[in-house]
Amino acid sequence: MLAKIHITLKKDVLDPQGKVIANSLTDLGFGGIQSVRQGKYIEIILDGDDKNAATVKLNKMCEKLLANLVIEDYSVEIN
Amino acid sequence: MKSHVIVFPGSNCDRDVAVAIEKISGSAPEMIWHKNTSIEHSDLIIVPGGFSYGDYLRCGAIASTSPIMHEVVQKAKAGVPVIGICNGFQILIETSLLDGALIRNNSLSFICRDIHIKAENSTSIFTKNNIIAKMPIAHNEGNYFASTETLKKIKDHDQIAFRYCDEHGVVNEQANPNGSMENIAGILNDTKNVLGLMPHPERAIEINLGGDDGKHIFESVLN
Repeated sequence: MLAKIHITLKKDVLDPQGKVIANSLTDLGFGGIQSVRQGKYIEIILDGDDKNAATVKLNKMCEKLLANLVIEDYSVEIN
Repeated sequence: MKSHVIVFPGSNCDRDVAVAIEKISGSAPEMIWHKNTSIEHSDLIIVPGGFSYGDYLRCGAIASTSPIMHEVVQKAKAGVPVIGICNGFQILIETSLLDGALIRNNSLSFICRDIHIKAENSTSIFTKNNIIAKMPIAHNEGNYFASTETLKKIKDHDQIAFRYCDEHGVVNEQANPNGSMENIAGILNDTKNVLGLMPHPERAIEINLGGDDGKHIFESVLN
């Protein structure tokens, strides 16, 4: 099973990298950008095919190590 | 006085800390490799600065899961004084011994220069020498962040140890090098035996090498 994990800064946490990216895109002529938020994308390949058990395990991984819940949100998707 | 310095792959201030402790207390600390699982009796544990595990994932995240950190957390909960400096502060935050988070500097630049800090809490073992001190910072992720509730909690419990200030002790935006909330440079846990700070007191213990204001913090806890 392939798990796809997205980790993003919480909405109320300043994302200076996102701001710089937004400014650069605007400078390149891409109009209409309201905001950019930058995050992390992690792929994990797991044994087995029990999606429910995998979801529980992946949520624990995010809470214990992959995300810092003080500043980050995460989402888990299994293919 | 028995002290211990934790060494991770990528620590680079461990020897500076050892020199500082020996100079101030008269006895050298024991260096503890991160794969160790226990620490004998300790009067002070220091988690030094550096780039543990190359700052992979998040600064301090991987080091916080090292075998020795379980023991450091147990010792801290038993009341042993613990100091985390720079990357050590990031590691202590990742273990949840300290509240909040340290995010990218608001300038997006690595900052390496002298700053001033002011002790905000003269009751802790680390801040008995109520000081305004000059010492270097050297970090990319030192921008202290906490949720509104957490910030209120650490203020209500007098857990702010140091704030960035100017040379006269005035805390203002100009003196804030990295965007930290309320100019926070260092915080304490709620029982005040764990200190995390971004500035490097161990790099300020010799007049001939830029100043010795850092010794006040070590003297406070070692003497």
